[in-house]
Amino acid sequence: MVAAMSNSAAVTASTWITNFLERLPAPAGELEAVQWRGREALSRQPLPSRRQEDWRFTDLAPLTALAPVPSPSSAQVGWPAPATDVFRLWLDAPDDFLNGQSLPAGLSLLSSDEVQQALGHTLAACNCEQHWPVELNQASATRVLALRVSGAVAPTLELVSQAAEDGVMRPVRVLLLLEEKASLEVLQIQLGSGCSLSSLVMEAHLGRESKLRHGLLALGEGQACFLGHLAVEQEPRSQLESVWASHGWALSRFEPRVVQVDGEATTTLKALQLADGQQLVDTHSRVEFRGPEGQLDQLHKAIADDRGRSVFNGAVKVPRAAQRTNASQLSRNLLLSNQARIDTKPELEIVADDVRCAHGATVSRLQTDELFYLQSRGLSAAVAAGLLKRGFCEEVLRALPAAAAAWRPLQRMLGED
Amino acid sequence: MIRPEADTLLEIVDLQARVEDKPILKGVNLTIKAGEIHAVMGRNGSGKSTLSKVLAGHPAYTVTGGSVRYRGADLLDLEPEQRARLGLFLGFQYPVEIPGVSNLEFLRVSTNARRMEKGEEELDTFAFEDLVRERLQVVQMDPAFLERSVNEGFSGGEKKRNEILQMALLDPLVAILDETDSGLDIDALRIVAGGVNHLASPDNATLLITHYQRLLDVITPDYVHVMAGGRILRTGGKELALELEDRGYDWVDQELAVLEVA
Repeated sequence: MVAAMSNSAAVTASTWITNFLERLPAPAGELEAVQWRGREALSRQPLPSRRQEDWRFTDLAPLTALAPVPSPSSAQVGWPAPATDVFRLWLDAPDDFLNGQSLPAGLSLLSSDEVQQALGHTLAACNCEQHWPVELNQASATRVLALRVSGAVAPTLELVSQAAEDGVMRPVRVLLLLEEKASLEVLQIQLGSGCSLSSLVMEAHLGRESKLRHGLLALGEGQACFLGHLAVEQEPRSQLESVWASHGWALSRFEPRVVQVDGEATTTLKALQLADGQQLVDTHSRVEFRGPEGQLDQLHKAIADDRGRSVFNGAVKVPRAAQRTNASQLSRNLLLSNQARIDTKPELEIVADDVRCAHGATVSRLQTDELFYLQSRGLSAAVAAGLLKRGFCEEVLRALPAAAAAWRPLQRMLGED
Repeated sequence: MIRPEADTLLEIVDLQARVEDKPILKGVNLTIKAGEIHAVMGRNGSGKSTLSKVLAGHPAYTVTGGSVRYRGADLLDLEPEQRARLGLFLGFQYPVEIPGVSNLEFLRVSTNARRMEKGEEELDTFAFEDLVRERLQVVQMDPAFLERSVNEGFSGGEKKRNEILQMALLDPLVAILDETDSGLDIDALRIVAGGVNHLASPDNATLLITHYQRLLDVITPDYVHVMAGGRILRTGGKELALELEDRGYDWVDQELAVLEVA
């Protein structure tokens, strides 16, 4: 019986990918060759299954319930006006990304030769170019936003993608090359609703002494699913600060991967993920130091309520070459219902001997003493719990680029809108 | 200030309570009238902190007997937030740190909860800032603390000042201050005590829970109660505190032993 069931599940999964590939339009455009390769890989590679360690807690059923087709968008639903000092690009625009705008000083489009040369380089360096969600994106994306960053870019680059129609897939591909001493702030907004799939693959190469502040706000609704990969290569003395927040997707899987190619760089990662209803939100992060004196400061926070499920796996690799690495990882989780579930796992692989690597994980309910303190000042239990949840979220959300405020992340994540 | 004709604010009769399976309060009797300042003294473990938490409604304590009437109503029937809105205030021995929650926002929400109960209008952000800046002076607190998370990274003295600031904003009828003097240096103690004295009026009452005489050098109590074994063993005027200071708690232990044998 069990065998028969898993057999039929396998059939469904392979049928899903066959159907998906059949619905795709013929490969074309600047990414034609990449699309061919992605489709070829998908036709050979089975869907991730819970028998694989990396997907142990993550059931793809919400994804296989969808029948998405890539298509450009026609509407911007519920977008706030861009804040001042924000340069916004609509990544699903039917025409080209720029749509007549000229890029701010310090940003320029890569030539197609440069794209050929650079695209996929960082994915490969981060060992994820063959990951299934990456192949899914490569099979479908028809274009890439590929930018060179020189010097300090003043406005925040805001990249928005929205999948608001049933049956659509929005594959977003971004490539950023930060030259030596360049600096950029990027805010990515990923919105999804209905039976849609949002797919993101972003690569960034940070030259020496460059600085990237990156924020990702991924807000879903209903049956919408999100699959994201972020791959970053850091040269020495570069700084990466990446902050992401995710809520509302039936299934959200995000895999940020950072490689410090020669150490000596600074990496700060902050994340907040919320799962309620029947949602599943999963982050698999991985930071690898390939040289000495690298730094990592990672904070991952999650709230699971109702029957929601949160998964975090945080890999940190410190090989022998990475002496004097200073890394810390903290996973803090709030479990708000008896039927919710949280799986959190640090995965530290330390071979170098002269390093400082701290890690910790906590899973708790709202603290009785904190609730009582607020109640003893006249706040109802519900208001007190709300304030504590807000406080828990705010620590991460306030680290997002300032431009994120226009999207009202706290209100949307806590359903106060 | 003792006035026989003053209204009774709090009337505790034969109060018994336990935490988990351990009985802590074993029959406390205490009546507090408007205008009075009471001090409850006793050794660690005598039940004085438990008394304060039971009165405020901490969920870890179960009342197993007796009654508490607050201005004629059954206090024990009320949720902690209702007690607070009606004017019962507990200054915590260990104020809780709440990361991510702005102190200013917290103070505003709690002040408004109390104001609504009193039939006063809610204060908007601007009106509240005016009020809070005025009340900050009561405790000589730096306005920078308003911008921080509730009690997060505050020193012991700053936390206690923040408690008295809350008391100044909430305008309670009965303020219970649980070991407000603990962990304070002499300057901070004077500031905190000055705040308590400033807020005391003929219409409200204060219950000080303390270990040491030194708080009572700066706040003069009308009554001093000595607690031991979950009961009030003896009640007197401020001279009782001085007697404790002189003689220590040994005689209390002896009296308690006699009582428990009987």
